[in-house]
Amino acid sequence: MIMNNENTKKHILKYLSQGIRFDGRKLSDYRNISIEFDVSKSAEGSAKVKIGGTEVIAGVKMAIEKPYPDTPDEGMLMVNVELLPLSNPDFESGPPDVRSIELARVIDRGIRESKTINNKDLCVVPGEKVWSVMIDICTLNDEGNLLDCAGLAAIAAVVNARFPKYEDDKVDYKVKTDKKLPLSKVPIPVTVIKINDYFIVDPLIEEEKYIDVRLTVTSTEEGLICALQKGGDSALLDTEVEKMIELGLEKSKELRSHLKGE
Amino acid sequence: MYEKRFDGREFDELRPIEAKVGIIKRANGSAMFKIGDTIAYAAVYGPRDLYPKFLQNPKKGILRCNYNMMPFSGTGDRIRPGPNRRAREISLVIEKALLPVVNLEDFPNSVVDVFIEFPQTDAGSRCAGICAASLALADAGISMKDLVSSVAVGMVDDKIVVDLNYNEEAYDHVEGGIENAPVSDIPIAIIPSTGEITLLQMDGQIKKEDLFKAIQAAKKASKKILEVQRKVLKEKFTAENGDDNE
Repeated sequence: MIMNNENTKKHILKYLSQGIRFDGRKLSDYRNISIEFDVSKSAEGSAKVKIGGTEVIAGVKMAIEKPYPDTPDEGMLMVNVELLPLSNPDFESGPPDVRSIELARVIDRGIRESKTINNKDLCVVPGEKVWSVMIDICTLNDEGNLLDCAGLAAIAAVVNARFPKYEDDKVDYKVKTDKKLPLSKVPIPVTVIKINDYFIVDPLIEEEKYIDVRLTVTSTEEGLICALQKGGDSALLDTEVEKMIELGLEKSKELRSHLKGE
Repeated sequence: MYEKRFDGREFDELRPIEAKVGIIKRANGSAMFKIGDTIAYAAVYGPRDLYPKFLQNPKKGILRCNYNMMPFSGTGDRIRPGPNRRAREISLVIEKALLPVVNLEDFPNSVVDVFIEFPQTDAGSRCAGICAASLALADAGISMKDLVSSVAVGMVDDKIVVDLNYNEEAYDHVEGGIENAPVSDIPIAIIPSTGEITLLQMDGQIKKEDLFKAIQAAKKASKKILEVQRKVLKEKFTAENGDDNE
């Protein structure tokens, strides 16, 4: 069982002062990462990502829809996160709570702002028909650092996606084409955590409870930052922000290397 | 006439089954049950305190099931997340299918939550969900009388079939079909040791005699499912023998 009390924090800090974590990792080490593609045949693209014991599955569904009036020649993108009650005793069924909304919006911004998907390439008939790309991320087991796991799963599912057959105004979901989504970039979020004066990545669930500040840095392969999100109750100095961004950019390379299988 | 099944199976043959328990570490018990292209995950949390408090009963606990398809797990369009009428009804019937084997009086004032999720489906999801849930309850060490096994049977043209997949469910009877009746789809849950039926639903059309035959076919098939369920539980608890994971 996971214990939470003041002693836990003391222990975490004691360990961090020696440069290690509960599970023996160094402060800037991730747990083992693995990606499995094509985990859902019903989705147009899907991936299961494991970071240590944390496990998330993401799926892409595509549909033909009417474009928004202000962007008649652009497709649509949506990211949704389901914090399934099956994955954590604290999660409840029902409408999305603020945690899942924040997760979804941070991941959405990373994909949207990096212009990962060229929305104009999703246009079928301007003003009438465009492809919508819906990315749903479902949590399976939460042992900490859901955001990085979910962000990696989302982009892995997008990379894995193939257009379904579209003919005579009808989408045939049973038949997948070879056509991939038009991707120009691959954004990856890395969350850097500050506990007291220590900076760590990939927190365990015990560590997450005692976070002072977190900063999620989403970046592309060229090292461009495409989304930032600060969380936690404390403030950060500019020097600390710089340090965290450096660490985030560095770690994103490691996470990115796991996408090569697709 | 339906002479040969779309996927080449015998009429009374189940799709390939894979099962595993203990797949979700944070849960008190969990299981994966895959039959053909339908995959169910189930996680059990509890017994834990039941709130609001007025729902608590000092004589017995409650079982609460939640069936949910992941948004990308449907055969066609994306499914809007969250509970819909279909999911609510299925949650209810799954609960009723499991209740007869769960010893509720062993956990007064408490609730046992069962969450059932599907990353991909190809018909038969409620049945796969029941099989997974039953395994997850056992894996969680919840006091139970027995396992529950579940499968859909039905009638395609003039043939009684076991474990329908989506293509069969959606089968349009071709001209020449004797009955010219729509496919009937009958999900059944059974306590295999006693033969008691804990879930029985159906849609489509079927004659009484055929229905009886279909139920017998389900009973037979449920025994095969039980074998798999027992095997994975035994494997886990034999492997765990001696080490204290709790």
